[in-house]
Amino acid sequence: MRPLLDRLSDGEVLLADGAMGTMLFASGLKPGQCPEKVNLDRPQLLRQIASLYLDAGSDIISTNTFGGSPLKLAQYDLDDRIEEINATAVRAAREAVGDDAYVAASIGPCGRLLEPYGDTSPDIVAEGFRRQIKAVVAEGVDAVFIETMTDLTEATLAIKAARDISPTIPVSATMTFDITSKGFYTIMGVSVEQACQNLADAGTDIIGSNCGNGIENMVKIAAEFAKHSSLPVIIQSNAGLPDISGGTTVYAESPDFMAARCCQLLDLGVRIIGGCCGTTPEHIAAFRKTINDRLGIEK
Amino acid sequence: MDILENISQSLQNGEPDTVAELTGKALDDGVPVKELLHKGLLSGMEVVGERFKAHEIFLPDVLLAAKAMYAGMEVLKPLMVGEEAATSGTVVIGTVQGDLHDIGKNLVGIMLRGAGFNVVDLGKDVPPERFIEEAQRTGARVIGMSALLTTTMPVMGLVVNLARERGLLGKVKIIVGGAPLSDEYAQQIGADAYCFDGMNAVDCVKGFLGIN
Repeated sequence: MRPLLDRLSDGEVLLADGAMGTMLFASGLKPGQCPEKVNLDRPQLLRQIASLYLDAGSDIISTNTFGGSPLKLAQYDLDDRIEEINATAVRAAREAVGDDAYVAASIGPCGRLLEPYGDTSPDIVAEGFRRQIKAVVAEGVDAVFIETMTDLTEATLAIKAARDISPTIPVSATMTFDITSKGFYTIMGVSVEQACQNLADAGTDIIGSNCGNGIENMVKIAAEFAKHSSLPVIIQSNAGLPDISGGTTVYAESPDFMAARCCQLLDLGVRIIGGCCGTTPEHIAAFRKTINDRLGIEK
Repeated sequence: MDILENISQSLQNGEPDTVAELTGKALDDGVPVKELLHKGLLSGMEVVGERFKAHEIFLPDVLLAAKAMYAGMEVLKPLMVGEEAATSGTVVIGTVQGDLHDIGKNLVGIMLRGAGFNVVDLGKDVPPERFIEEAQRTGARVIGMSALLTTTMPVMGLVVNLARERGLLGKVKIIVGGAPLSDEYAQQIGADAYCFDGMNAVDCVKGFLGIN
């Protein structure tokens, strides 16, 4: 495989995968259980999910390590198994996709609020990210995907941790924005413009947004990234916001609905398209078709 | 600037040390405790709440202001007696059984304390029985429950049912919050209100207790 960043700089559009949590819940993960414990108990399930997304056309497969930082795992008394938990997730994804797709380590927020407004020291958070990222890099991931960040300081610590561990590994950093009467901001008050400036300064290679919105708002967020950043932009939309009215969680946006709007993402120059909560291999297959059709037309 | 305004302003700026220092100074100057509390600290928090709702400031600013609020309260506490010592009321909060997500619940706690309420935080993974027991033990006026998972939300309904069995419904108001929650769901399970964020929870509790 050619290095991921080379393909992006050549102008290629890459397709990431869809939701992991949605797939795990569909496969029997119970609420309150640690999603990353699956890595220890059922690595076969991780291989199956990776294969489904690969078959759907993903170029990039994420690992089940979103909550694999020591602070997060400590909630389940699993922090002493952090290396094993992160390594097995990478191994499972790699076994499933081989060299047919890039394996990207998902790195989520630590679940704590940082000082001075919160109670957790940035040093502890940084050390946690270093430990997690060291484990996935040692196992041979192709990229580090820092995701769902709302706090600029925490996102910056994660990017720097990745850079500390490997100066060359491709790093993607995405934040989650809410629509407000004054535009898009993360819950911690970060605008898209601020994210572009600060995440780039911290050393990320790829920048963008995941989660928190359906595809229509994500198109608007993508437009802001396109305006404020010169880095390759990644957009991973939810399949709408969860509707729980029937007692089960339903995400309303269909593969076709979302895929049709992927054209707008392509028009804005978005370079990696994927899905977040509620998206499935069916969504990814529809995105694949849209991307292929569109790029085929352009060629 | 008037020292009370000064305290309010420092609180809005999220400066705990300055707030504590000014509060101490005001006491030395003979400003009554009650006046310090209401016209200095609480009025400052009020402004913070309004600016947060208008998206002029964000969560970190509110959290820093709340810290400044506590710093001022620490200075006042030893001097509070009788009516002054009475808080605006007690609220029991927790994340429901089976759910370990507590950031949202913690924020609600910080903001309620910042608004002058006595908060009993039961933590996360809290069994239904405990909400009820603690509310009875502390004489709480409000129970606040948080859930981030669609699968743990139903526990909130169990707590409402338990409150009904114990004859607490109506006497103790029940508020719920969390990402998957909604007004409709709150109504469906018989809770008194759904709160979409911490500041909204403060407004809700104030409304229930008749505080403007």
